[in-house]
Order: sequence, then C-alpha cells, then structure tokens
Amino acid sequence: MGISDAQHYQILSLADNSLILGQRLSEMCGHCAKVEIDLAVSNIALDLLGQSRFLYQYLEELTGRSEDSYAMLRSESEYVNILLVEQQNENFAQLIVRQYLFDHYYALHLQEIANNSNDERLIAFAKKTIKENTYHKRFSKSWLLRLGDGTEESHNKTQEALQFLTPYIDEMVSLGAQESSYVQSGEMKDLVSPISDIYYETLVSDFKEATLEWQKPQYHVKGGKDGRHSEHMGYILADLQFMQRAYPDANW
Amino acid sequence: MRIGSADHDEIYRVLEQVLDPEVPVVSVVDLGIIHQIQTEGESIVVTILPTYSGCPALDEIEIGIKSALEDSGYRHTKVKRVLDPAWTTDMITESGKEKLKAYGIAPPTNKALNEAALFSGEKVIECPRCHSKSTSLVSAFGSTACKALFQCDECKEPFDYFKCH
Repeated sequence: MGISDAQHYQILSLADNSLILGQRLSEMCGHCAKVEIDLAVSNIALDLLGQSRFLYQYLEELTGRSEDSYAMLRSESEYVNILLVEQQNENFAQLIVRQYLFDHYYALHLQEIANNSNDERLIAFAKKTIKENTYHKRFSKSWLLRLGDGTEESHNKTQEALQFLTPYIDEMVSLGAQESSYVQSGEMKDLVSPISDIYYETLVSDFKEATLEWQKPQYHVKGGKDGRHSEHMGYILADLQFMQRAYPDANW
Repeated sequence: MRIGSADHDEIYRVLEQVLDPEVPVVSVVDLGIIHQIQTEGESIVVTILPTYSGCPALDEIEIGIKSALEDSGYRHTKVKRVLDPAWTTDMITESGKEKLKAYGIAPPTNKALNEAALFSGEKVIECPRCHSKSTSLVSAFGSTACKALFQCDECKEPFDYFKCH
C-alpha cells in the first residue's frame, strides 16, 4: 500500500505525542502520593500507549516497518511529538497542568480530525479516542481547579507550573515547518490552526476559574514537530528504548 | 466459500467459551466485541471491536479466539480489529451484565446515569452485593482501564463498576 509523506507525518505525530506522554506518565506508576491518583495516572498512561499502538500498527500496515521499530528504534530527531509532552514530572502540579493543557488541546484536535480528515481510519481512531479523552479531561481539569483554588502552597506550585509550561502551548495549535509545507502543497489539511482561538478561550476561562493568573504567551518554544527536542527527550528515549537496543527483537 | 448459518452458529458457540482474561466470567460474545464472522478463502476471519485502547487483555483475547477455534477444528483463523463502529458498553448483552453483577462488578448503566455517578457524585450505582443504591465513587479510575472504584455506604464493601464507554 502506498502512503504519502504528508499522511505518514500526520499519523506519526499523533502516535509520538501519545507514546511520549504515556511514557512520562508511566514513570509515576507506584510513585503518586495517593493510590487513587496512582491508578488514574497509570490508567491514562495505558490509554495513551494503546492509542499510540493503534497508530503505529496502522503505519506498519502502510509501510511495512514494524510497530516496535517505530516506537523503539528511531533516533531522537525522527520523533515529531510536541515539546510539551516531554516536560518533566517536576511535581504533581506540573503533571496536572501539562495534562490539562494536552487533554484540552487533544479534545479539539480529535474533533477536528473526526469532522474534517480524509482518512477513514484516522476518523475512526479519533471517534474512539474522544471517549477516553473525556475521562482524562475531567481528571486533569478537576485537579487543576482543586490545586489552583486550593491552599496557598498548591496555588503557588500550580501557578509556577503554568508559568513554566506556557511557552510550550502555542506549538500545539500552530503548524510546524514540515506541516506547513504539506498544507501549502495541498497534501495535508490544516487540522491544527482552526482550533487555536477556541483553545485559547478555553484556557482563559478555566485558568480564571482556577484563580490562576495567566496571559496568552508572548514568546514560544517550538521545534518538536520538526524533530528538534528539549534536553529531556534523550533521557526519555534511553529509558524507553533500552530493552530493544540491548536485546534487538527480544520476544516473550 | 460462505459460512452457512449452521457453521456460523457453531462458531458463535465456540466464541462463547472464550472468556475475558481480566473478568473471567464474561465471554467475548457477552461483551459484544464480536463484530463479524466471515470467510476469506480457506480461513475464518473474526472481526473484533477493541474495548479500551490500552486494554492489555486484547492480545490475550485474540490468542484465545484463535486457539478456541483451532481446537474446534477450524485450522485457519484470523482475528482482525476495527475501530469503526466504536465499541460501547451498550453492546454488552443482558446476560453479560447479569454475569458481571454476579461476579461482584456493577454493570454499566446508561450514559446519563453514568455521568451523574462518576462526575457529579449522585448516588445511582447499585451495590452488586447488598443492592443498596447508596454508594459513593472512590476513584473514577479503577483496577483496570474499564473500571471505576466505588464503595457501598450500607455494607461498606468496595466494589468495581464497569464504566460506560
């Protein structure tokens, strides 16, 4: 089966976002302060991993490159995930703010795919994933409100986390260089910029409700969509890829 | 070759023996994940609808389906996954729901009740042990991807609730 570079990129970017965020969240398995949080975070990680598997399997069908090879054997610059999902689990507030920002972006992006994509399989994927994303959104938003509008300490930590992550927001809702060229040549539909306004509106109203101070970012940090990653990415991959690199094609 | 209705029924009977490894009282038929049974040349192709994306039971279910069919003499079998139509908990059969309840897992209610129970704290999920309707959500995420954790206010027992999807 043939596949265009644009189609390959689109599937891969969705898969990489889910894989890397899932990996980040799974680092917390067994380390969360309460068992209920631990279950929630691990469950969300599992959902994300499952979503990325579906997409890598789809790519495998189209290109013949194996699912494991996509997930485990690419080098850093070949991953096209957004920078936000690489950011560290500095503390619970940062984990929640990162999750909140991603879940709410993802909900809009999935809806856009479901409504406007040309790819039947991606539409099916989006429709199914929206249901899981709804649970994730409820979790991250309810904690954003509790922490932001909570004690002085939880408020301050959440405010700090928001400050720290704000420069990574715009990458989600604007086209990267590769995406731009695919869109310009007509090979890809722009399913990202149309959600920008409503995304920012959602953030403004939710942060207000959570008593957090926030302004639309003045400067942005970008590059993940074009394979230029933060310093954390290498460590994530070292962890993620170790087994496949040390024991290639290892099997149960 | 097409499957005659006799074959079709027999394959269903075989699949009724394939249990969910995480909830080993309900079969893949009870769960409503069998979408289609077809033939492709010599092989039987069973199309299934994955439940929750990250569900680790899915691989085992596939293996279970294949080996059950092979044991019944169907030498060439394939299991395909499709996401459209998306599986929902509405596809769980009535007998599947009864079996879940008997096993101690509250079966999924309808979507509106589910949202009320999971997100607004309304007491609508019945305790599968003492049947009290006075129960509380402990965690929206439970021991597996498909379950939430509740506790009964009457008998105090914690129990799993199969989330609507």
